[in-house]
Amino acid sequence: MIPHRFHEVLGKRSGQPETPNRLPDARLTAGIPRMSTPTLPNDRVYSTSHEWHKVEGDTLTLGLTRFAVDQLTDVTFVQMKSPGHKFSAGDSIGEVESVKTTSDIYCACPGEVVAVNSAVVEDPSLVNSDPYGAGWLVKIRPSDTSGLSSLMDAQTYGKQYS
Amino acid sequence: MPLRTPLHSFHTARQAKMVDFAGWEMPMFYGTGEGTGVIAEHTQVRTSGGLFDVSHMGRVRISGRHARRLLERVCSRRISDMATGQCRYSLACNERGGVHDDVIVYRMDDAEFLVVVNASNREKMLRHFEAVRTAGDLTAKIDDETAKTAMVAIQGPKVMDLVGKFSREIPALKRYRFAVKNLLIVKLVVSRTGYTGEDGVEVILPAAMVDMAMKLLLKDAGMDGENALIRPAGLACRDTLRIEAGMPLYGHELGEEINALSCGVDFAIALDKDQDERGEPYVGMEALKKVRDEGGPKRRLAGLMLEGKRAARQGMKVYIDGKEAGEISSGCLSPTLGYPIAMAFVDRDLAVDGTAVEVDTGRGDRLAGKVRKMPFYSPTKGV
Repeated sequence: MIPHRFHEVLGKRSGQPETPNRLPDARLTAGIPRMSTPTLPNDRVYSTSHEWHKVEGDTLTLGLTRFAVDQLTDVTFVQMKSPGHKFSAGDSIGEVESVKTTSDIYCACPGEVVAVNSAVVEDPSLVNSDPYGAGWLVKIRPSDTSGLSSLMDAQTYGKQYS
Repeated sequence: MPLRTPLHSFHTARQAKMVDFAGWEMPMFYGTGEGTGVIAEHTQVRTSGGLFDVSHMGRVRISGRHARRLLERVCSRRISDMATGQCRYSLACNERGGVHDDVIVYRMDDAEFLVVVNASNREKMLRHFEAVRTAGDLTAKIDDETAKTAMVAIQGPKVMDLVGKFSREIPALKRYRFAVKNLLIVKLVVSRTGYTGEDGVEVILPAAMVDMAMKLLLKDAGMDGENALIRPAGLACRDTLRIEAGMPLYGHELGEEINALSCGVDFAIALDKDQDERGEPYVGMEALKKVRDEGGPKRRLAGLMLEGKRAARQGMKVYIDGKEAGEISSGCLSPTLGYPIAMAFVDRDLAVDGTAVEVDTGRGDRLAGKVRKMPFYSPTKGV
């Protein structure tokens, strides 16, 4: 385990001084090619409730995994909490409805919603067609990122859910 | 281990997303990527044709001297006036007037019937048939033919034209009629029935013949081709299709604790069956008559159309004039209509076309809408 290297990467990318937060082991894999499902990006971490969390600077972008989307089937409705909404880790920060069911969306960190993807609100099928890209749901300013440490890297998540 | 239907390899070869449904491994929808998914399959059925594997449904043959009387005592509709070659939708009730199941009865012959029951109720219905047979000291054979047969539903506006290429007889069938076709050494039961609101057929065939029949379909109907008229369709769109068509589903609109007279299928409930010359009372009839004589069930099934894009879900409460007046049994964002539709049990005096309703999502908001006559969509009437 080489956590310092990850700190360097994050520091450079964000242009921000290193944060004192404990960083997740999973994040160690950022940018390092690994054997995993080709559709699972390595630049983010994954929760057991099937949200991906991607940190860039002081912003965390969150979306649903392909696995979750396949379970949900066609997404028909997206409603996220509005910018300014503050929440604790494990609170529902919105919901995604599909033909089949309604699912709450959770973030592993506490923080504040800073942006909602208006494109998916307009066209929820983006969540199905591009869950890791244009289908992102919400951007968050986390107040504490320690919750990310318990999340899975792409390989672990891919092994468990495929 | 969930059971597999004879079409299992057909599903996996088409990248079906398989799920456990009532103890069966069934396709939810097929394929991945552009142009696939539940809504695409729904639209395919509404505009052209879809093929559903419904082999998980129970197929029970009832034959023998008292076959008709046995069914008469189970079914809420008359069996005596059914002609050979006719199918009939009916309920099977419990003693309290609740619903064991909804079934389709096929009259094969004077003393031979095929009953199609829901997958989740197959074992319960087999026990029920046996109990009624024993109680009435009736002579009838009850054979569960589910495992040795397969059943597919082919539904959509272009289906009957296509079937016409294979057969002159089948497109001439009226709705709820069937034909037994001999193909080589096997028998096919082809009925003009379905559960999507579209025209089409349902076919019961021997399990061993499925591969051959599918090859024939693939070749002659070009099911896997670019512009296929008929494509495989999964269980997920079967649900949205039947909701649009206003058709009840066991576990939602029908159940042991739901009075049969509240389910919107009064056409399938005869309360005078014992008055006929050959009539028989059926299990639950007395309880249903009592409910009718007391003015009917307090709530009855109503259709709702809602504003916005959010679906109402089973269990959500319905409010009318600020007061709780019902509960959602099924709902979806209608793929054909583009707005949410739902079925709900609503206080009977308020279950009138046009009544304004609110549905509490249980998530802090309410969906506005109104009571609307079902079906929400019918191919002949259009949208």
